[in-house]
Amino acid sequence: MKKVVQNADEAVADIRDGMTLMLGGFGLCGIPENCIEALVRKGVRDLTCISNNAGVDDFGIGLMLKQRQVRKMISSYVGENAEFERQLLSGELEVELIPQGSLAERCRAGGAGIPAFFTPAGYGTEIGEGKEVREYNGKMYLLEAALTADFAIVKAWKGDTHGNLIYRGTARNFNPMMATAGRITIAEVEHLVEPGELDPNFIHTPGIYVQRIFQGPAYEKRIEQRTVRQRNA
Amino acid sequence: MLDKHGIAKRIARELRDGYYVNLGIGIPTLVANYVPAGIEVTLQSENGLLGMGPFPYEEEVDPDLINAGKQTVTFLPGSSLFSSAESFAMIRGGHVDLTVLGAMEVSDRGDIANWKIPGKMVKGMGGAMDLVAGAENIIVAMMHVNKEGESKLLPQCSLPLTGVGCIRKVVTELAVLDIDPERGFVLLERAPGVSVDYIRQSTAGRLLVPDHVPEMQLD
Repeated sequence: MKKVVQNADEAVADIRDGMTLMLGGFGLCGIPENCIEALVRKGVRDLTCISNNAGVDDFGIGLMLKQRQVRKMISSYVGENAEFERQLLSGELEVELIPQGSLAERCRAGGAGIPAFFTPAGYGTEIGEGKEVREYNGKMYLLEAALTADFAIVKAWKGDTHGNLIYRGTARNFNPMMATAGRITIAEVEHLVEPGELDPNFIHTPGIYVQRIFQGPAYEKRIEQRTVRQRNA
Repeated sequence: MLDKHGIAKRIARELRDGYYVNLGIGIPTLVANYVPAGIEVTLQSENGLLGMGPFPYEEEVDPDLINAGKQTVTFLPGSSLFSSAESFAMIRGGHVDLTVLGAMEVSDRGDIANWKIPGKMVKGMGGAMDLVAGAENIIVAMMHVNKEGESKLLPQCSLPLTGVGCIRKVVTELAVLDIDPERGFVLLERAPGVSVDYIRQSTAGRLLVPDHVPEMQLD
């Protein structure tokens, strides 16, 4: 079993123009920083990126947008990014907005062999246009299709050389589902350890889903909304 | 007439001990500041946290611990973490007891619009469509009228919808109202100093006014 690669550049080496990528993270929390930077260095283009958000102007997927590497974003929320807005309005970038819970479940379904499922989210709205509708017990539901990707790129806190992953805090978010839905899944971790060093009771993503893993040399972990409270004097 | 803190305070009176609650961005977030004494509620943040604590002190800031508004937060004793898929399973599965969210418009049949204004940059619906479609008990916290003085409680929403027929209760700066899809808005309470006539003038949708409309209790 050889899943460990040296670095992000090696991990993304065979990602080609026009591919579909899933990228974990919520806002800037739990995003695969090192792989995004490697994709920017590599300069692949015409990518379809499935990610809850699109980063900010100078961090996360925003860096790929700046280099015009993304043709289409599939997301639930894409605020906080002026370059994104400019490309969208000029027609350079296509965006498909999906309710957040449907996005998460579509990734989960994609990795779990479920081709589609019914959900109440979006029924009666423009999201439901053209989608099959069915009534169950008096309530209306939309048929939503599973999502998969050529590559899923996730970020975890700890991982072992078998690809078992543990996430930290709310940096888990979309990473576990996306890890299951990539034809090839790349995991970048803060701490890469030997098998046996992680307690099997606490593994979030079993290694079967992960084909490549490496330890990122550094994590900036930029905070979007730093909010603190003051101690009473 | 209430300010946004007053609206949050009134909504906080709907909380019951043991509730799991999802609070949206804006006025709904303020509800957490007015949880009545003796009541324990657990806040759910849809990015994957149950038992959300207050903002951190400077030295506690952790980039791996944020809320759905991307603000840094803290754990409380008894917090738990989970993925986005599990988070929305909780929401759609009816496990969250109360959801409070903001709105641009609400109709007298319980439709809600809160994600998109045609002609303006679309940022996305985030989790709003899942929340309104999945939650059983939703309270909308909103202003009764817009800056031009036009009602936001309408016969029909003019903006793109977030959900249809899903809202049953609205708290505004003027009133507490139920929505009966057959009959329209039902006026339950007036804000301090606000007359029934004023609420009537400020409500474009169908409005049912019972014989007696008490003033809100806030404390």
